[in-house]
Amino acid sequence: MTDTAGVSPSASQPEPTSDSKSVEEAAARAGQQQGGLALLRTSAGRNLGLVLALVLVCIAGFVTSGSQFANLDNALTILRLASVIGVVSIGMTFVIIGGGIDLSVGAIVALASVWCTTLATQRMAEDTHWTMMVFSALAVGLGCGLVNGLLISYGGVVPFIATLAMLAAARGYAEILAQRRTQLVSVSEFLDFFRIDVLGVPMLVLIFVVVSAIGWVVLNRTTFGRRTLAVGGNPEAARLAGINIKRHTVMLYALLGLCCGIAALMITARTTTGASTHGLLYELDAIAAVVIGGTLLSGGRGTIVGTVLGVLIFGVLNNVFVQNDLSSSAQAVAKGVIIVAAVLLQQRFARQSSSSP
Amino acid sequence: MTTQNTVHDGALLQMSGIVKEFPGVRALGGVDLDVRAGEVHCLLGQNGAGKSTLIKVLSASYQPDDGTIEWEGEYVSLTTPVAAMKLGISTIYQELDLVPDLTVAENIYLGHELSKGGFTQRAAAASNTRAIMERLGHPEIAPSRTVGSLSPAGQQIVSMARALSHDTKLLILDEPSAVLDQGEVHNLFRVIRGLTDEGVAIIYISHRLEEIREIGDRITVLKDGRTVATGLDAKVTPTKELIQLMTGRSIEYVFPPRPDTPRDRGEAVLEVRDLALAGVFSGVDLTVHAGEIVGLAGLVGAGRSEIIETVYGARKATGGTVTVDGTKISRGSVVAAVKAGVGLAPEERKSQGLLLDQAVYRNITISSLSRFSRSGFLDSADERRRSDELVTSLDVRPKGVSRAVRTLSGGNQQKVVLARWLLRDCRVLLLDEPTRGVDVGARSEIYNLIRRLADSGVAVVVVSSEVEEVLGLADRVLVVREGAVVHDAPATELDESKVLDLVMEGRVA
Repeated sequence: MTDTAGVSPSASQPEPTSDSKSVEEAAARAGQQQGGLALLRTSAGRNLGLVLALVLVCIAGFVTSGSQFANLDNALTILRLASVIGVVSIGMTFVIIGGGIDLSVGAIVALASVWCTTLATQRMAEDTHWTMMVFSALAVGLGCGLVNGLLISYGGVVPFIATLAMLAAARGYAEILAQRRTQLVSVSEFLDFFRIDVLGVPMLVLIFVVVSAIGWVVLNRTTFGRRTLAVGGNPEAARLAGINIKRHTVMLYALLGLCCGIAALMITARTTTGASTHGLLYELDAIAAVVIGGTLLSGGRGTIVGTVLGVLIFGVLNNVFVQNDLSSSAQAVAKGVIIVAAVLLQQRFARQSSSSP
Repeated sequence: MTTQNTVHDGALLQMSGIVKEFPGVRALGGVDLDVRAGEVHCLLGQNGAGKSTLIKVLSASYQPDDGTIEWEGEYVSLTTPVAAMKLGISTIYQELDLVPDLTVAENIYLGHELSKGGFTQRAAAASNTRAIMERLGHPEIAPSRTVGSLSPAGQQIVSMARALSHDTKLLILDEPSAVLDQGEVHNLFRVIRGLTDEGVAIIYISHRLEEIREIGDRITVLKDGRTVATGLDAKVTPTKELIQLMTGRSIEYVFPPRPDTPRDRGEAVLEVRDLALAGVFSGVDLTVHAGEIVGLAGLVGAGRSEIIETVYGARKATGGTVTVDGTKISRGSVVAAVKAGVGLAPEERKSQGLLLDQAVYRNITISSLSRFSRSGFLDSADERRRSDELVTSLDVRPKGVSRAVRTLSGGNQQKVVLARWLLRDCRVLLLDEPTRGVDVGARSEIYNLIRRLADSGVAVVVVSSEVEEVLGLADRVLVVREGAVVHDAPATELDESKVLDLVMEGRVA
């Protein structure tokens, strides 16, 4: 790496594996002196980059579609659509920071939405209270997440396989329950609740905001968040420091399952249906948002703000494509390119800040 | 050995005025080094003196900003690691870079496979490997074995074999003895002597002076990125002088005095009865009193680390009990052990002990988070304040609890691990190789710290490969051999040769 010298102070922490410590120490000192440059590799600096990207996408929308893009209704549409995937992405952020991955989120959303809209559930909701539907969706989400977590922690199944199995099983079960039919929501109180606007802000967006806020507090201000960073950053060190990493991992997946339950309610309310086709490819969208938000796929580092920005970037981008009558296939291609670009950038950062040539 | 005034005669390698800068720091500020064919040239210096940067320049991992390199009398510029290798320079790093799932032969020929028309020639590779292994004096390592199944010493031999599979004229060994026990080190020295007899030059980096005395021919001392002395005779240069050169001050390898009368012992804090781990050790009894330091001595692989990891619950015991302050700890539960007041500073500090990319204070508080939380919410200001107090009292340098632990030197990282358990008010502290990778100056600080901890009433268990360290530091020493405790005596009744006899023979000769 002959070019390390010119890049940033981060480049000068060369060898975690060897003992060129004076270099590292001095580099750290240098980093403090050149605070402006050092900022670029802090999470705040990275988020600044994401804001810039978001602004660019918005400008692209404005240039191509003008006032059709830049108006309040359209902005709310973007946010409403982004909110569902956003809630899943917040949960996904925790799992990925904790060193895991969950491919089953879309399938869990489908199962939870089908479960809470079956005739039986809706009849029970009408007999008792509409929140029965809410409870059932949350319970299904939490349950699936728990199964994932238990299989991974105590069963020793790698996250990729365990959640892949859940992906197949949960969506299959959703199809069986719904008999491949779309189930209409007839409980009007349920729909009414999700149609409430608070000071002009749609309920779905509000839910996303609240989930993000809770996510930020939990990650940055609680023992749970600190342990998540530790478990993902160095599981062996976390274990030897006395953290119950198995239990913690179960909690991470359960938390994501719960987020899927919330997302299922949101999409059910938005479409007024429960269907086994809800949440298709959510795993891709959520992981993509988390990764371009700056969370390391290997775990140990990530931010909620970054994830929220990632979700917004994809949301606006989708909208720009739709406004310009580009096909969803073109969107998919663009998404793929963006994900790869983001990961490539991230790896560059990681190499510069910590590893050897 | 040869004298200082014939520097240029037969110099295989001549580096002059090497400068390497990173933004904001001059890692090497003019280093001179000359190495002759067939000699063992020792590179001495504290952590951060620039040894690793220098060998990275030599292996072309880094490009120097200034200075010249002469190889066999000709100026060369080493642009890529492959170019360095082609000249005949091979490096064996501290962390071995082998692929554990490949065989010995596959590892040795990795990247320069013997092949004909794209097909690997397995038979040829195997027979060449066998020849190299014989040359290294280890014919028992079969070419078809997977490298992961070899001991660290065996793996190191494979690394050397890989270097020799190229036409190597200069072999750089970066702390080769760090992963070896005493017997294996002697074996390594035999191999090194064999190589130098064939004319291969060795650059040998080690913190252990006694090794340098035994194997070295000449010494170059680095300090703060500069050569402060070169061509010193490795056999006769006084230790005092070397330490003075390395540190710029004169210090001895000192252990804190132990309380001279067999202390009025505190109550037994840690009691281990008949502890066993199937296939590794069995029947281990160990009692540690408050204020006492107990040392475990033995060869690598004798089960020392495994014993304390099992006591800690990081490995699940297959028999026996561990009791702390009268409370039995459930087997295989680190959480229970930590709750009972046991702390472990693990052998592999970086991979087992620290969250390298996270701030110092987070590494310190990770085991005591509940203390800083109110219904799950952390009081970061308090965390920082308490960590800052500890960092100040332990003299962790550079100061500042917000920097990433990765940026600290080995000794300071070790202090951070100790601070973690100090904060928790441990009853029992288990230290596995507490001074590995820690330079001479910082060592005595760590020894003092451990003694201070004991004096405050903590029961301490220390595991070390360095017999001298165990004897100097501990009040009582247990000698472990092949998974059993073969001797238990006050440290004052043992000396190094006795311990070595016990370790090798299982009895005092």
